[in-house]
This record gives sequence, C-alpha cells and structure tokens, in this order.
Amino acid sequence: MAQILSDSQLVARCRSGDQQAWAELVDRFSRYVYAISVQGFRLSEADAEDVFQEVFARAYEHLDKLRDDAAVRPWLAQLTRRLCIDRLRSASREGPTVDGELDLVGSEETLTTLEDALTIHEALAATPGHCREILDRFFARDESYRTIGEALDLPAGTIASRISRCLGRLREFLEGRTEADTPSGSR
Amino acid sequence: MTAFNEERLARLIRALPPAPAAWVRAAQELPLARAGLDEIVARAEADADFKARLVADLEAALEAEGYERHPVVIEALKVRFKSE
Repeated sequence: MAQILSDSQLVARCRSGDQQAWAELVDRFSRYVYAISVQGFRLSEADAEDVFQEVFARAYEHLDKLRDDAAVRPWLAQLTRRLCIDRLRSASREGPTVDGELDLVGSEETLTTLEDALTIHEALAATPGHCREILDRFFARDESYRTIGEALDLPAGTIASRISRCLGRLREFLEGRTEADTPSGSR
Repeated sequence: MTAFNEERLARLIRALPPAPAAWVRAAQELPLARAGLDEIVARAEADADFKARLVADLEAALEAEGYERHPVVIEALKVRFKSE
C-alpha cells in the first residue's frame, strides 16, 4: 500500500509553509469542493469556479484557525456549502428565483453521497498498482478501454478484467479497514 | 458508509470527476500568488504613480508592469483599492 499523509499531517505541513503540501491538499480536496458546488448546489461553471477559488483562498488564509487538523475535510465542506448558499442568495436577489433553487434540503442526499465518494477516493489512493489509475480513468474520467490501454500501455482487451479485479481489491481493502476499525483521519 | 458492493463503489468513484485542471493549478499556486500580492502592495505604498495606475485600471497596470494576473491577486487588490 502507498504511504499517504493523513489529513492532519498534511495540514500541519501546510501550516509550516510547505508549498508542496499545500498543492497536495488542494489536489486531495479539489474534486470534493467542485462536486459540492456543481452537483450539490447546481451552480453554473462560472459561479462554481468563483466558489472553488474562494474556498481555497479562505482555507489558505485561515488554516491556522483550524482547531483540529484532522477536521479539515468537514471544515472545507462547510465552507464550500456556505459560499454556495451565499452565491445562490445573491443570484436570487438579482433576478427571479428559479423554482427549487434555494431548496437546499433536496441536495442533502447528494451531499451525503459526495462525502461517501470522497472516502472511496481516499481509499483508492491507498490501493496498490495501477488500480487507482484504471478505476479513476474509467469511472471518474469516463475514458474508454482503448484510451486507458493506450495511456497505460496495456492491451485494451484486458482493461475490463483489470477494472473488475481492482474493484474487488478496493472492496477487500475497505472491508479490512472497517474490521480493523481504523480511526478517522489516519490512513 | 457500511456496504461495499462493487456496483456502489463504481457509482461513488464516478461521483467525483476531476475539477478543471486550470482551477486546481490556480489554487495550488496560491502561496506564490500571495507573495506576489505582498510585493505589489508594498510597491504601491512606496510609489504613488503606480498606485494611481492600479486604482484607475488594475489589470492594465499589472499587465504593463509584467505582473502575473492571478485571480486571487486580482480579487485581493480590488478589495484593497476599492475605497481609494
């Protein structure tokens, strides 16, 4: 398994001015922040981009105020949600409100799914070999067998079986982690 | 989350597509952008002519002086010089 910094280790390094750690923190949470704004709150790409940059700008600015380094994930989620709501409220003041635009209760299920999805992506980062690459390319990036095969120098005919095998390994890893009752924030 | 069947795992992986690469890069460059921001603010405080040009047309002044126009820097400078 790849050795990956826990969230709290990463935050501590960011706070000490480690720019590489900051880049990794952005990389780790970029999909989550993006998905909350476009899937959870259905912001336009332009609004989502503003929220995305604002979230990371505020996070960078206020990282030293985070009381528990391991809580960076819910902190970023909360910050993103708040900025999305601000954005929707501001849009509703400027023009006619679209039906359901501010009905945020309806997006709770999506937000919960995104939390679970981030947990899976974090577990994926700890899986061995090409599994992360193959699963991410096929499911999250929607690439074809052919594209994946060319990118990873693998016969396209073997991609389907590799995907199936990698999903199995991911499931085993998650089940093993649950049985071992790994504390949150340590990977 | 409790159940880890493979169909659900696939659905959850699919739920987080990558954010646009340019957005990620801009956020990753924040520390460098902040350093650039400090430099611009210090120069504006010491150089009234530069400051006047920033207040008149922020982006044009930055471009003319060869500063990289990072979105975070632009926003921060707009806020800073808004009341000038």
